Amino acid sequence: MKLHEYQAKRLFSRFNLPVPFGIPVGRPEQASAAYTQLKRRCRAAKLFTCNVKAQIHAGGRGKAGGVRTASSAKEAKAQAAALLGTRLRTHQTGPEGLPVTRVLLEQRVEIARELYLSITVDRALNRPVVLASAEGGVDIETVAKEHPQAIVRESVDPCVGLQPFQARRVHEALRLPDKFARPFGQILSGLYDCVLASDASLVEINPLVETAAGVLLALDAKVVLDDNALFRHPDLAKLRDKRQEHPLEYKASQVGISYVGLDGNIGCLVNGAGLAMATNDIIKLSGGAPANFLDVGGGANVEQVTNAFRILLSDTRVNAILVNIFGGIMRCDWVAQGLLNATKTLSVTMPIVVRLQGTNVKEGRALLTGTTLPITAVEDLADAAQRVVALAQ
Amino acid sequence: MSILVGKETRVLVQGITGQAGAFHTDKMLEYRTRVVAGVTPGKAGTAVHGVPVFNSVTRAVQDTGASASIIFVPAPFAFDAVLEAVDAGVALIVVITEGIPTWDMVRITRALQDHPVRIIGPNCPGVITPEACKLGIMPGYIHRPGPIGVVSRSGTLTYDSVYQLTQAGLGQTTCVGIGGDPVLGSTFTDMLRLFQDDAETEAIVLIGEIGGTGEEEAAAFIKAHVTKPVFAFIAGQMAPKEKRMGHAGAIVAGGHGTAAEKMAALKAAGVTVIESPAAIGQTVKSVLAQQGVVRS
Repeated sequence: MKLHEYQAKRLFSRFNLPVPFGIPVGRPEQASAAYTQLKRRCRAAKLFTCNVKAQIHAGGRGKAGGVRTASSAKEAKAQAAALLGTRLRTHQTGPEGLPVTRVLLEQRVEIARELYLSITVDRALNRPVVLASAEGGVDIETVAKEHPQAIVRESVDPCVGLQPFQARRVHEALRLPDKFARPFGQILSGLYDCVLASDASLVEINPLVETAAGVLLALDAKVVLDDNALFRHPDLAKLRDKRQEHPLEYKASQVGISYVGLDGNIGCLVNGAGLAMATNDIIKLSGGAPANFLDVGGGANVEQVTNAFRILLSDTRVNAILVNIFGGIMRCDWVAQGLLNATKTLSVTMPIVVRLQGTNVKEGRALLTGTTLPITAVEDLADAAQRVVALAQ
Repeated sequence: MSILVGKETRVLVQGITGQAGAFHTDKMLEYRTRVVAGVTPGKAGTAVHGVPVFNSVTRAVQDTGASASIIFVPAPFAFDAVLEAVDAGVALIVVITEGIPTWDMVRITRALQDHPVRIIGPNCPGVITPEACKLGIMPGYIHRPGPIGVVSRSGTLTYDSVYQLTQAGLGQTTCVGIGGDPVLGSTFTDMLRLFQDDAETEAIVLIGEIGGTGEEEAAAFIKAHVTKPVFAFIAGQMAPKEKRMGHAGAIVAGGHGTAAEKMAALKAAGVTVIESPAAIGQTVKSVLAQQGVVRS
């Protein structure tokens, strides 16, 4: 689960990480008052310019026109109005963009230096790792590709946590002036406390800036929480913004189904994540394009299969469906029954290719042969993929 | 021979009185696995499908000589359950539970670094040595004894692959599902080492997927240490970036962990990389026949 920048910065503040003054607003009218309040808090003289940053779950906002400036209460309102209620398209969002339902009015700072700092879990070592770079403010993936030596890695022993000497080592590797040794150490240790306390998969500050006034500040903030750990963080779980999620992905997650929207026109219903990915792959190999990844779950029942069908049928792009089930715990006859229930209650006209294999496969196939529905039952996955691709054209 | 489990394995079920625990205890017994004990705190003295239930793992091990544990307890309690099994001296722990927080697994793997214990999972189907021991939730009937070692990050995709092998007349020494989470108790490399050392395993099938670097590490290990033929399929060839594909660990993050990278690394290590998930059984069969490992 992703947090918005303003939520992540609030979380950072709890761990004494320095962030700029900022006020999130959801309506343009609130922006004027927020501007005035921010001006007072920054103890600004006459002229005060703040940023107006669109809050979406994607990077690349600056280049996409999602970060603006305002130098008066009136302008703040106008800029907020120009962003709120629109969909912002960045290189990370896809062509449909993401809805802007909140903007963050924030103090602007003069930047002397930009750094990158993050903590994540190193999957090769099963340990937390600090990633830092003196080349901040740019896409870290690009840095990793073009100058991998510019990224400093510091592996942490989870039994004892991040030690001050490690923070000093990162500080030195980044060639930061000595005067920052202490504040940088505090930031790194605060960030480590934050990742641990919130069970995050990633906490990232990009950029961490040195201001012209000589202070370190987290100018941006990204936090990705571990969905599996949300049960012990009800306060963080409440921060979920479902408007930032693909509507079908959200709908599926509410009934315990894993769904990811893809670009094609063949709807897929599969049990198991690995098999669901493999099903997408074989459709592609057969010359077709899957509309989605869908894992109905290992122990799914008739009701779950019906739910999954509802999701596929509500996708207007889909013009053929491939059901691929390898019955283990889940019995093929349950899947067949779910399919029949779903197609009965929802009037289905599009062709469905069903490949059933495994537990109770005979009973499952028998259920499907007696229907008048446009269902083709096959045994082989390659055959099933070829047929559904032909039917979708 | 086989790896990890065999006829002699004495199985303990943690969370035996829960719905999944009880159901799969029945299925494991049906497969003639020696399930000797169950543990659910507070339920000592009862029995599930004739298997005695104990309050603690230590007590269960003392009374029954259990040597391997399979864990079905819900995610919030799995951390404690794994450490309890380690404390009791259980040598092999299979964690079926899905949804364990990543940081819990980080702590578990660190805490157990110096212990002589092997953990399989979490979020995995378990381990099976055909016709000897089923320490997992996979459908038993699709497996046959034979010369192929199977290691995979998936559940149903593994069943499908194993079924293809069986249909092609290729039985298995042992099939291991190492799990779909980002932090795992055992890696592909750990299992490759065991299969390489197992006299009966003549070829290895590796089923990987996007996310992490387990397949790349496996490729490096294969290049340096594996003399047996290895076959691989990588799921998620067309998965978009930064999207979690069902498994917590199946995500192309920060530009890393794509299927293309993994397939290239494995190919460079001399592995036969299979593109279609429907061609696993037939490819293994025809390549091994060419090499004279099995009859065509």
